[in-house]
Amino acid sequence: MTLLELTDVTASYGPVRVLEGVSLSVPEGGAVGILGANGAGKTTTLRAISGTVRTGGRITFDGRNIRGSRPDKVASLGIAHVPEGRGTLAQLSVRENLRVGAYLRKDRKAIATDLDYCLDLFPQLKDRINSRAAALSGGEQQMLAVGRAFMAKPRLLLLDEASLGLAPSTAKAVYAAIRRLRQESGIAMLVVEQNANLAFTLVDTATVLETGRNVLTGSADELKGMDEIRRAYLGG
Amino acid sequence: MDTFIQLVVDGLSTGSIYAALALAIVLVNQATGLINFAQGAMAVLSAYIAYAFTQAGLPVLLSILLAVVISFVMGAVVERFLMRRFERGDPDTAVVVTIGLLTLITGIAAWLWGYNNRQFPSLFPLSSVEILGAVVSVRSIATTLTIVAIMIVLQLLFLRTKLGLALRAVADNPSSAAFSGLPVGRLLMVGWGLAAGLGAIAGSLVAPQLTLTPGMMDTALVYALAAVILGGLSSPLGTVVAAWMIGILENLAAVYVPFIGHDLKIAVPFILIFVILVVRPQGLFGRKVVVRV
Repeated sequence: MTLLELTDVTASYGPVRVLEGVSLSVPEGGAVGILGANGAGKTTTLRAISGTVRTGGRITFDGRNIRGSRPDKVASLGIAHVPEGRGTLAQLSVRENLRVGAYLRKDRKAIATDLDYCLDLFPQLKDRINSRAAALSGGEQQMLAVGRAFMAKPRLLLLDEASLGLAPSTAKAVYAAIRRLRQESGIAMLVVEQNANLAFTLVDTATVLETGRNVLTGSADELKGMDEIRRAYLGG
Repeated sequence: MDTFIQLVVDGLSTGSIYAALALAIVLVNQATGLINFAQGAMAVLSAYIAYAFTQAGLPVLLSILLAVVISFVMGAVVERFLMRRFERGDPDTAVVVTIGLLTLITGIAAWLWGYNNRQFPSLFPLSSVEILGAVVSVRSIATTLTIVAIMIVLQLLFLRTKLGLALRAVADNPSSAAFSGLPVGRLLMVGWGLAAGLGAIAGSLVAPQLTLTPGMMDTALVYALAAVILGGLSSPLGTVVAAWMIGILENLAAVYVPFIGHDLKIAVPFILIFVILVVRPQGLFGRKVVVRV
């Protein structure tokens, strides 16, 4: 059963068109990667979904058209966007960040349970629970960003470059936690990642973007080691 | 000694007025990152609205409360229909728009009520009490206590409620807050509304002392901005303490430093700002903003 479906989606920043026609679909509980070189339109594809860029084409979530919806509206439908650069609320404490994540929820008990789960998933956050987010390390901020998104109890997680700026071992640890989150929660994921090898540890299928278009789509096993992948990243 | 106590208490009272206005400015700054230069003018308009209610025969307290509610709506409307267009653009443009708003609102107040001084009835009795041998006006004490109470309520709102958390989240990073489903636009309206309501209280408390004129808050705005900078822009407590310091210091300096007198006392807070910012650029209570790349 398809959860998210993009059909021929275009997007532009002012007069500059960045997406020329991207199509992809994420099944319920599935994990799909978006790969490609810098400027290929990976981040913009996520932004088109969460409603932070002007878009054309068709975007449906759970059968409902969401193209052009405001970001908070999209979030309320069950899509949590972990933006590039993490987007943690810098002056708020770790606990407050996580509480903001659960803003739309009313089920106090379940929120408390999820908070415990979140701290179990990212034990580093437990020690920093009262620190301001700005004081965290890059890896901890990334964990907080994922944790905040999880606290919304979404059906789909949009994950943008979770490894960006992290030491390789930290990036691996973050991905390990996200893998565990996927297994235990069944949340569907759409994952933008520069580091293709890291992405393949998490996703089932992936699509490769080049200058705002899909050029290749396949299962992770098929795509691993293909020339197109290397070419897409080197921009050749 | 009794002159000294009198001066300090009166200074606290005028400082409290600056504090209320300064808190309103901090509120908007926290929510939108810009300084609303029209905050003083909006407070004057609110005071005129309260005045109109008292003229219609309503009790003073009720008039002020009604003005606070109307001002809340006014602030929210100003955000929604005017500032919203400028929030995502160049912050300098937005600040210039607030200066335009300052002129516009002052003009509206003058057009509706004229430039003549109007006598605004005092909320508090005009009697005085004796403290440690000094004669202190009840109004000064009551004004100070009112502002302290408001500050505590604001602090509780921001630190203990879900609305406060949401307001702080939006102030911190609006686009990121939206990803968690926060209705950013509506929360910004609430922030502006709260600020305008606070301004209404400041305007109504200071009006009996200064008498109501369209330019009543001009000087207070200058002091309030001084308090905001001195307090560190992000700290409500710091802002109030700074405003009190300014109020007390200008009173003391006017009396005890002969060459300053009443004409030069407006310079006092700025000398204070200069000295403090040289030592602590982030203000007395502010946090250094560290940008992580």
